Amino acid sequence: MVAFIVRRLLGAVGLLLIISAVTFAIFFLVPRAAGVTSDDIAGRFAGKQPDAATLAAIKDRFGFDDPVPVQYGKFLKAIVVGDTYDTGTEKIHCPAPCLGYSFRTNQSVTDQIVDRAPITFMIAIGAAVLWVIVGVSIGVLSALRRGTIFDRAAMGIALAGVSLPVFFTGLLSLAFVVHRWNLLPEVNYEGLSDNPFNLILPWICLAFLYAALYARLTRAGMLETMNEDYIRTARAKGLPEKTVVFKHGLRATLTPIMTVFGLDIGLLLGGAIITEKTFSIPGLGQLALDGVNQSDLPVVLGATMVAALFIVLANLVVDILYGVVDPRVRHS
Amino acid sequence: MTGNETVSTDKTTAEGTTVPAADSAGDARPIADGEPLLEVDGLGKHFPVTAGLLRRQVAAVKAVDGVSFSVRKGETLGLVGESGCGKSTTGRMIMRLLDPSFGKITFEGEDITTMSQGRLRPLRRDLQMIFQDPYSSLNPRKTVGAIVGAPFRLQNIKTENGVKRAVQDILELVGLNPEHYNRYPHEFSGGQRQRIGIARTLALKPKLIVADEPVSALDVSVQAQVVNLLEDLQDELDLTYVVIAHDLSVVRHISDRVAVMYLGKIVEIADRNDLYERPMHPYTNALLSAVPIPDPAERGERKRIRLQGDVPSPLDPPPACRFHTRCWKAQDICKQVEPPLVELSPGHEAACHFPENTTVSATDEVAKAAVAPAPGTTAADDPAPEA
Amino acid sequence: MARKDPAELVNGSAEQSGTRGAPSAFLEVRDLKIHFPTDDGLVKSVDGLSFQLERGRTLGIVGESGSGKSVTSLGILGLHNKRNANVSGEIWLDGTELVGASQNDVRRLRGRKMAMIFQDPLSSMHPFYTVGHQIVEAYRVHNDVSKSVARKHAVDMLGRVGIPRPDRRVDDYPHQFSGGMRQRAMIAMALSCDPELLIADEPTTALDVTVQAQILDLIRDLQEEFNSAIIMITHDLGVVAELSDDILVMYAGRCAEYASVDDAFHRPLHPYTWGLLGSMPRLDRERSERLMPIKGTPPSLINVPQGCAFNPRCAYRDLNGDKSTTERPELVEAEPGHQVACHLPLEKKREIWESEIRPKL
Repeated sequence: MVAFIVRRLLGAVGLLLIISAVTFAIFFLVPRAAGVTSDDIAGRFAGKQPDAATLAAIKDRFGFDDPVPVQYGKFLKAIVVGDTYDTGTEKIHCPAPCLGYSFRTNQSVTDQIVDRAPITFMIAIGAAVLWVIVGVSIGVLSALRRGTIFDRAAMGIALAGVSLPVFFTGLLSLAFVVHRWNLLPEVNYEGLSDNPFNLILPWICLAFLYAALYARLTRAGMLETMNEDYIRTARAKGLPEKTVVFKHGLRATLTPIMTVFGLDIGLLLGGAIITEKTFSIPGLGQLALDGVNQSDLPVVLGATMVAALFIVLANLVVDILYGVVDPRVRHS
Repeated sequence: MTGNETVSTDKTTAEGTTVPAADSAGDARPIADGEPLLEVDGLGKHFPVTAGLLRRQVAAVKAVDGVSFSVRKGETLGLVGESGCGKSTTGRMIMRLLDPSFGKITFEGEDITTMSQGRLRPLRRDLQMIFQDPYSSLNPRKTVGAIVGAPFRLQNIKTENGVKRAVQDILELVGLNPEHYNRYPHEFSGGQRQRIGIARTLALKPKLIVADEPVSALDVSVQAQVVNLLEDLQDELDLTYVVIAHDLSVVRHISDRVAVMYLGKIVEIADRNDLYERPMHPYTNALLSAVPIPDPAERGERKRIRLQGDVPSPLDPPPACRFHTRCWKAQDICKQVEPPLVELSPGHEAACHFPENTTVSATDEVAKAAVAPAPGTTAADDPAPEA
Repeated sequence: MARKDPAELVNGSAEQSGTRGAPSAFLEVRDLKIHFPTDDGLVKSVDGLSFQLERGRTLGIVGESGSGKSVTSLGILGLHNKRNANVSGEIWLDGTELVGASQNDVRRLRGRKMAMIFQDPLSSMHPFYTVGHQIVEAYRVHNDVSKSVARKHAVDMLGRVGIPRPDRRVDDYPHQFSGGMRQRAMIAMALSCDPELLIADEPTTALDVTVQAQILDLIRDLQEEFNSAIIMITHDLGVVAELSDDILVMYAGRCAEYASVDDAFHRPLHPYTWGLLGSMPRLDRERSERLMPIKGTPPSLINVPQGCAFNPRCAYRDLNGDKSTTERPELVEAEPGHQVACHLPLEKKREIWESEIRPKL
């Protein structure tokens, strides 16, 4: 088990390296190939109408004219040990993990991420709690009442939920629930100090999509599990039906769903882009989106690295949990 | 699905294009009935077991650990044994679906142990396999005609009246309606599917067919149909079979000679009647005595040998005689010296220090061999426990 | 799921049972029908089955795939979902009628008064719980005891079915057991509440022959010890011959022949039984040159042949004119204690058996 975890961790580091290299290549090499010069990049950093000396200083400070591998190496080194920039007038130390400074705002990318991560966390976790409870319950009930009106209705709604994107449900609910009927206040969430229940509408919209997905998954899994021989054995032992369903059936059903959940939550923690955009919440997704829109390379790189990190970590946790839940994995 | 036939289809051999299916393959050396068609010598397969950070090999599953036998042209050799004895692995190695770890396979006098898949391809016509599960071994999206006809196309063999006609002839041969050419496997019952599987192997008029549990997935009444079919086809087409099965009654019915395997080794090999009437190895005795007899009058009448416990793991097989942990006749020597497989009566080989139904034992043979060192004796087998 | 459906009680056999009353046999099944409505039509998996069984006796139910033998066993345990299966007829277990009883009442009998061993012990045990946990669970649902008492009982049971070091193996998971040991554990679980009726559905089919012999011995020994009634469901005539007192041969959901084990093997009266006997190669006889298979394949239960379900595969149907293809033969007592459903006259059947079938076996 320890060897397994160590091997997975090494694999995760390798994966992150590859992701960083690919991202670096996309945002560095592609614009260069398209004719963007280091002057242009430095110009973006310097603001309006910089003179040549300023540009040169900026290029020198960030090493824009260094060969790409060297720049990539510096980027990696900064993450591990931090970096120190010399602006000429002062030395700025960027402690590890240093992801550089935004071209646009001159802020530390790491700080921006640390600022925004909790917001995305709140969106993702709140929605996850909702969708797991609602999705799994509906899936279980649907499976147990297969073919009934409840099942058909639930699966019909689930199909709609899977098909409707968050920007549609989000904008619709904003228009009606908030603006027309005034049932809920405006979504206004900018940090942990704000009332988390301001996020209720994004939670519901995001959870609607995922709950639909999970209801379908759970239903299919449950139907399959309830046909297993060991369920028949459980019944043959005379166990009450609720024990059969909730102890024997659900445990086996939820194991594969746990995997999907790990991936989904990992993905969302890196930025619930559409939800954040729809409700104008300044999370990691917004950050990444703004970075892309403004060709703010350090921000994009940082956001991508953080998103990748979450996905890789979530995968690792799921794999380990699998060993905990399924003794067959543990012993193999 | 069509496992062995799906090896690349691009090129054809010169031989394949010119020789019609009717008299397939011009052999360098024709083999007469009764001569060995297939010879297996010291064949083994070890599956590595890895562990740790670097996935180093820490052990090996000794699925097959040095088996030798020969199959004569026109005969049926039965391979019996319980799960994990290595009988299926042996079958797959003969077919070269698995690469042997060591040992040698000779087919028609040619060493095929390490032959490349490309060079094996013309040989695939002569070597065919019937699988156990008639449900999963047929591609559900292909018609019977396509399944049975595939070997013709893969080997690019010209047929006199076209592939369809040839396929219909084969379907008729195995007792299927030729008009079912365009039907799909799911439209057939288990027994009929097994017939389709057999038809597929017959398409190219093979010389040797390895049948891995050909009837064990079928209903009793249908089993008998397929067993009879296999026998009829053998007579008509001069086939040689290696039948792998766990059912001792079926093996007795269908085989001319029978090899009994235990934990990757052959413990006894003999003519069918010899083996079933005068079994020498205690394990064979135990197997035979365990088969339930469909006659209530026999209840309590038979000598019953009940083996204790389970077959040990092939990861760590017992040293010396592998059967000694469960054998009621085991003595110290069984734990120290591996009994070689030697001929204890004409055509009857057993690997046991204390065989039944005979006056000589492997130990005696070893002693004899030690006095007069005969070439090719197996007595020199490493007596030290392995690993 | 555990809701009572009053309509079931009325439609079922509650009223019938009033007229005929409780039987004296320990287990009596009367005219059991288990039908499954499907999109392709009504599947009559079990279509009018009757038999009895006393304590300490073993009934062997023999049949091929689709004969309804497993459906019957699940039916006795009440394991069919009433939403997709129509169960009718009567099942009397020790004076209690089960078909009309509430789901909860039947559940309380399951595992305690009647228990079941399944074919594949690996898939029949929950992969995520230890063997001990699964036995403890079976014991505690019917016995109000503490976990530690139940655990001791589980260790006890494992030892009793011949598992070495039961105190250690109790905490192992099913996949850590070998096939034979797993089936022993399954038997330990089934016997944990000392059931009076044990149904074994192909208990040794997935096992090797030497392990099969061990398990059959074990079942025999346990029967002596517990005096349970056993229903042994199998396709293997050898297993039945070794273990059963009576034999019921099923074909297409109905009983073809029902006789003592001696009659069934030495004086069988149904062409299907003859066919089964002729189909199997036998180790206790000279090797026959050829097996005598039954032609054709078992019928689909949606399209059961008209008349006698076996007629398309029967070599003797023409001896009856067209009766076999038009009229379904009823199960009648041809000889004392020997029932058979076949149109052939008794004398003719005896003659065919003696002159054509028996010499070739």
